[in-house]
Amino acid sequence: MLILKKITSKANAFFIEIGEMSYFAGRFFKEVFTKPFEFKELLKQCYNIGNRSLLLVGITGFIMGLVLTLQTRPTLEEFGAESWMPSMVSISIIREIGPVIIALIFAGRIASGIGAELGSMRVTEQIDAMEVSGTNPFKYLVVTRILATTLMLPILVIFGDVIALYGSYIVESLKGDVSFQLYFIKVFNALEFGDIIPATIKTFFFGFAIGLVGCFKGYYCKKGTVGVGLAANSAVVFSSMLLFIIDFIAVFVTDIFFDI
Amino acid sequence: MRLQENIKNEEREVSPKKLMLEIKNLYKSFGDNHVMNGFSLQLFEGENLVIMGKSGSGKSVMIKCLVGLMEADSGQINIMDKDITKLTQRELDNLRTEIGFLFQGSALYDSMTVRENLEFPLRRHKEKFGDIGDTTALVTEALESVGLAYAINLMPAELSGGMKRRVALARTLILKPKIILYDEPTSGLDPITAKEIIELMLRIQKQYKTSSLIITHDVDCARVISDRMILLVDGINYAEGSFNDLATSNDEKVKAFFK
Repeated sequence: MLILKKITSKANAFFIEIGEMSYFAGRFFKEVFTKPFEFKELLKQCYNIGNRSLLLVGITGFIMGLVLTLQTRPTLEEFGAESWMPSMVSISIIREIGPVIIALIFAGRIASGIGAELGSMRVTEQIDAMEVSGTNPFKYLVVTRILATTLMLPILVIFGDVIALYGSYIVESLKGDVSFQLYFIKVFNALEFGDIIPATIKTFFFGFAIGLVGCFKGYYCKKGTVGVGLAANSAVVFSSMLLFIIDFIAVFVTDIFFDI
Repeated sequence: MRLQENIKNEEREVSPKKLMLEIKNLYKSFGDNHVMNGFSLQLFEGENLVIMGKSGSGKSVMIKCLVGLMEADSGQINIMDKDITKLTQRELDNLRTEIGFLFQGSALYDSMTVRENLEFPLRRHKEKFGDIGDTTALVTEALESVGLAYAINLMPAELSGGMKRRVALARTLILKPKIILYDEPTSGLDPITAKEIIELMLRIQKQYKTSSLIITHDVDCARVISDRMILLVDGINYAEGSFNDLATSNDEKVKAFFK
């Protein structure tokens, strides 16, 4: 009975949080189209969020391409199908592995960063100070950050995918005897719009979800340093979970429209 | 029980001053916890009004309702003849530029330098102040008035508690507010720094001709700075009068504050 009560109360809290987050998202869509527009802060956030993640995404992409090729090659060799390597790697990286892995890395770095930053601003009354000085903190802090993550993640994913393919090419050029030109001709021959467009579109949703969760957790952070830690931690957990849900929906929708 | 003390404000009797801020019957509850139970106050032009109360008595809730950070359950709040509950967000933001708020923990933006902290409110209100361009003169003037011109390029993390409080005060002054709200201005400071902050508050009031609402439980601060005091007990203005009136009161609850 006690366990049932605990489960019910946890489920209640979860659904209340979902409701609050939906309201938060609704407020974002309301505020994003109203003046004043915070272009300067948006550019600053785009630079911070994009630039800060560039190296991490690059390294992740490179290792991803390298490892995928190294581990897949022996299996393809058994069937004498090494020539299929560029096609296989490109489709798997562009369609699924690239966007999801890079978004997860991005969530770990950016959602926790935003959660902790806004959380500590809440705890130290900096958000209140902003509001009292006649500045809308939601517009200045939240709208700019969500827009920045939404715009930056697709660019980072494209960057990470290119680096991953380059990593894959390095293994192929070392293990087999394939030129740079031939490798990338095979990559582009294998790819279709149905692979690139839906994969790119879903990264906008990933970016939006990461920014939304990070800002929501930080903006409504409970008092104290424990609250800041929890905000950062739960921002990563919640946004990662949301990424998989969005990915599932994206694959489902892509299947309907592009017949994958 | 509401104890009404004699209010001997001779100056007001001779020349009635302009009402800057008024709260009428403020009620605010958090669930079953009734924090404000019909609190009222009036702040007149050029006056230093001190609100004293125990920790958890609702002083901070009252001041947050006053600037719209919290919504009151009922009651009326007029600031410079404007009912803040009836203002649009933009009107409220414009009105907020007339009110300075010194937070208990200073609330400096820790990702910005002292200069950027002071420039921030200026740059946010171009409609009111125009496109200022080079803000150095204004920033320096505000910092000089708190004796910290040399700290212009420091980060908040490099400042001591007293310095942070001064910079926060400079940030409120840069908008030339007509009213300044102080939330525990001396809490967490050593007695010497606290005394310096109190002297600074008095000097600023003379220099900028502001009206001040000061929330504190520091008796020394109240003694030096107050023109009038209100004791906030159980969410109501339990007692009201000058510092001497209240300090010599025979009421047990009032006496407890001055022991």
